[in-house]
Amino acid sequence: MAVKKFITGNFYDEAVLFPAVKKVRRAGYKIHDVFTPFPIHGLDTAMGLRDTSLHTAGFIYGITGTATAVGFITWALTIDWQLNFGGKPFFSLPAWIPITFELTVLFAAVGMVLTFCYLCQLAPFVKKDHFNLRSTDDTFVMALECTDTTNEGEAIGFLQSLGAVEVGVQYKETGWWLGRYDRDRKRFEKKIEPAH
Amino acid sequence: MVIREKFIVTKRFNSIAVTLMVIGLLAIVGLYATQGAKSDPHAQARFWGSLLQNSVYFLLVVNAAMFFICATTLAWGGWQISFRRVSEAVSACVPVIGTICGVILLLICFGGNHEIYHWTDTEHVQHDRILSFKSGFLNKNFFAVMTVLTIVAWSLLGRKMRKLSQSIDDKPLTVEEGKKYMWNNTVWAALYIIVFSLTVMSSIPWLWLMSIDAHWYSTMYSWYTFASTFVAGIALITLFVVFLKNNNYLELTNEEHLHDLGKFMFAFSIFWTYLWFSQFMLIWYANIPEETTYFKPRAQGMYSGIFWLMFIINFLAPLLILMRRGSKRNYTTITFMSLLIIFGHWLDFFQMVFPGHQKEHVPMILWDFGVALGFVGLIMFLTGRALSKVPLLAKNHPFIKESVIHHT
Repeated sequence: MAVKKFITGNFYDEAVLFPAVKKVRRAGYKIHDVFTPFPIHGLDTAMGLRDTSLHTAGFIYGITGTATAVGFITWALTIDWQLNFGGKPFFSLPAWIPITFELTVLFAAVGMVLTFCYLCQLAPFVKKDHFNLRSTDDTFVMALECTDTTNEGEAIGFLQSLGAVEVGVQYKETGWWLGRYDRDRKRFEKKIEPAH
Repeated sequence: MVIREKFIVTKRFNSIAVTLMVIGLLAIVGLYATQGAKSDPHAQARFWGSLLQNSVYFLLVVNAAMFFICATTLAWGGWQISFRRVSEAVSACVPVIGTICGVILLLICFGGNHEIYHWTDTEHVQHDRILSFKSGFLNKNFFAVMTVLTIVAWSLLGRKMRKLSQSIDDKPLTVEEGKKYMWNNTVWAALYIIVFSLTVMSSIPWLWLMSIDAHWYSTMYSWYTFASTFVAGIALITLFVVFLKNNNYLELTNEEHLHDLGKFMFAFSIFWTYLWFSQFMLIWYANIPEETTYFKPRAQGMYSGIFWLMFIINFLAPLLILMRRGSKRNYTTITFMSLLIIFGHWLDFFQMVFPGHQKEHVPMILWDFGVALGFVGLIMFLTGRALSKVPLLAKNHPFIKESVIHHT
């Protein structure tokens, strides 16, 4: 796995964090992510994150469920094993709507949960790492990703000037077991330092 | 930010409203001349059916705006406060349209024409086992009392809610006063919801609409009527919000609020379909002749064309078009969908009223559409007048900030 270099800083207040996010973006730094103990309204917009594709995936799963239900019931009740229910035609769609609905919901729900886990890289055997454990408790942690042109000292000074505390440099592995490779895997390979 | 406090009714707005009302009157006169004036009770019923369909539909739609206010008040929702005056103005149509509707209903009930409500024919009821069994509920006096009481209750309670909202326009509230104000609001909203659930959600659609097919009954009917009018009511509020936004009013309402209105239209379109289908499927499955008579002409007979059109407009289009986030935030799409939904549920009411007594052929729907335009003009006129009377922003409401910073 590739190892990348980050500059992290702690923020104690939303009122400090939001202008800081704006200024960091305007200065041209690449925000890797901002970690917060609870969802903050409007932070995603401020960070310029694109909308998630989770609902598109959900729609596709739902359609798959609908098609599976209608397809299977049609095959089973009109071709494979025709049954006469109260003299109704073999192809009697109204009776199948509830099952179709259930399967649509089931496919969409299960599919979206799994996709969500994939997007967030959540699985029982995946070790999650924190830039700063206080991001699960009471502070907002911003991580800037260093690129070739990033000047470390400047970036640290800049974050501090915006009101961040505990600013420091960290190295982290990226990606995980399912196909999320980074092309530039060798750049920081020799300088692994343990996370604090 | 400059807030334009009051809506000024333009000449153009009023002339459109008046033109529509004239079209409606012409349609009513034309329909009366061609059908209503005939001695044939069947032709007369064609005329009265049109009035019944349109007045009941538009009354329930404008009344749904007050239900929207009260339901969100009970839930202590704050997001809708920035355009609350729009819903209030729509609900201000209830007394006038309610009076029109009440007069029409009483005329049909006591007018001596038994085509629409054949349970009003007392001699016939004596020989009809089902109708005489139901006569404790389906009789003229009960019908008249319920109708009048209901319309008066809706008007008065709605007026009380509007007055409560306007009473704090000139005085900012302290925290304690705000709490008391919210409590007051909650109590009156709860009272309205109780009246609403005893009328729109249960007895009133049974009396006004389901009794056209007096032998048939369905306990889901009222819920399904409610869903129909509620989604149309939300669409109507949305139309007025979009109209005011386009004329540079409602500065504090933005596409976040529009998005939530779009969600309501999306969700309740599906809810309506769910109720329609739940009602249909049990009857289809059991296949008992006295129950299937209701759906035979509507879904399979002459009216099936309108039925499938309605299926597309009221279910498929909202489901597929309003599903995307972008389309709920887009003024053009949301306006188009609102118009479509209002028309679609008007078709739904056409289906409720006409197949019951116009069994031979589908009546010429353009007449009814003309009458509908008249009611649209009336709603425009009344809502515009109500909007221009009070400030467009309930600026002292305790939840106003929640609405200003609202986003989805």
